[in-house]
Amino acid sequence: MSEAVSALKNAVYIAGIAEISEMGAVGMITLRGDLAAKPLQKAAVAAAGVNVPDQRQCLTEGTGGMAWMSPDELLIMCAYDDANAKLADLRDKLAGTHALAVNVSDARAVFEVRGPKAREVMAKLAPVDLAPASFTPGMFRRTRIAQVPAAFWMPQEGVFRVVCFRSVAQYVFDVLCVAAQPGSEVGVF
Amino acid sequence: MLIVSCPNCGITAEETEFHAHGEAHITRHAADSSDDQMETYLFMRKNPKGVHFERWRHQNGCGKWFHMARCTMTLEVFGTYSAQTYAPPEELLAQIDAKRPGWRTPS
Repeated sequence: MSEAVSALKNAVYIAGIAEISEMGAVGMITLRGDLAAKPLQKAAVAAAGVNVPDQRQCLTEGTGGMAWMSPDELLIMCAYDDANAKLADLRDKLAGTHALAVNVSDARAVFEVRGPKAREVMAKLAPVDLAPASFTPGMFRRTRIAQVPAAFWMPQEGVFRVVCFRSVAQYVFDVLCVAAQPGSEVGVF
Repeated sequence: MLIVSCPNCGITAEETEFHAHGEAHITRHAADSSDDQMETYLFMRKNPKGVHFERWRHQNGCGKWFHMARCTMTLEVFGTYSAQTYAPPEELLAQIDAKRPGWRTPS
């Protein structure tokens, strides 16, 4: 089989007010269905290694994690190489229920924005209130980054993980780098 | 700029995260209807100056549809409500009555 590579092959930008890096290949499974259904919850927890997150929340543990995407959608994260096995297991467990699980690892790109000014970099690009009191670690937000759809969360203070479509990975990396260029501190947070 | 609250995911954001999809509560006439009914369904829209009910979608967010009542003149958003309904909720209509007396009979 051909060698899987991420969209930007771990590109980094460290010259600016925050460090931008592409995270490489990350395993991602989209799971849609009735999020209140016990079989779906059980299968999702088994695949992700964390509990089902509350509305607009994200839980991560090592390489595993799960994010609340919409009232009927969860995003399960795992190591890239485990995605197919986890997907097969999920489908097995959900065979009798109305649910849909798809491996979307290769359709996505993941970035990290790190540093004390990470909030400012994100706030320049997304129409989201990123004040420390409003957006806290653990929250998950689907929105847009400049002109394209994206989602992000904070695994910890000062670190953002950004998920976008692979087809716009270069664009997202570029706008993040521009927003983080040296001397562009705003100083609002 | 409109500030919109999505009733599906509970996020309040400005309008660039959403997309408008035209007038709400339009009766769908199927293939066996008359030409007049089909014309009404396809083309006849209200375009009022004032209170307007619209379909919106949380395009860059949860991706779900919902309804919104807003004023086309002042851009005030009266409220949002579920897409799974044929008519605006009574409490929202009461709020609009209080803010825009006489809006139900357009001049």
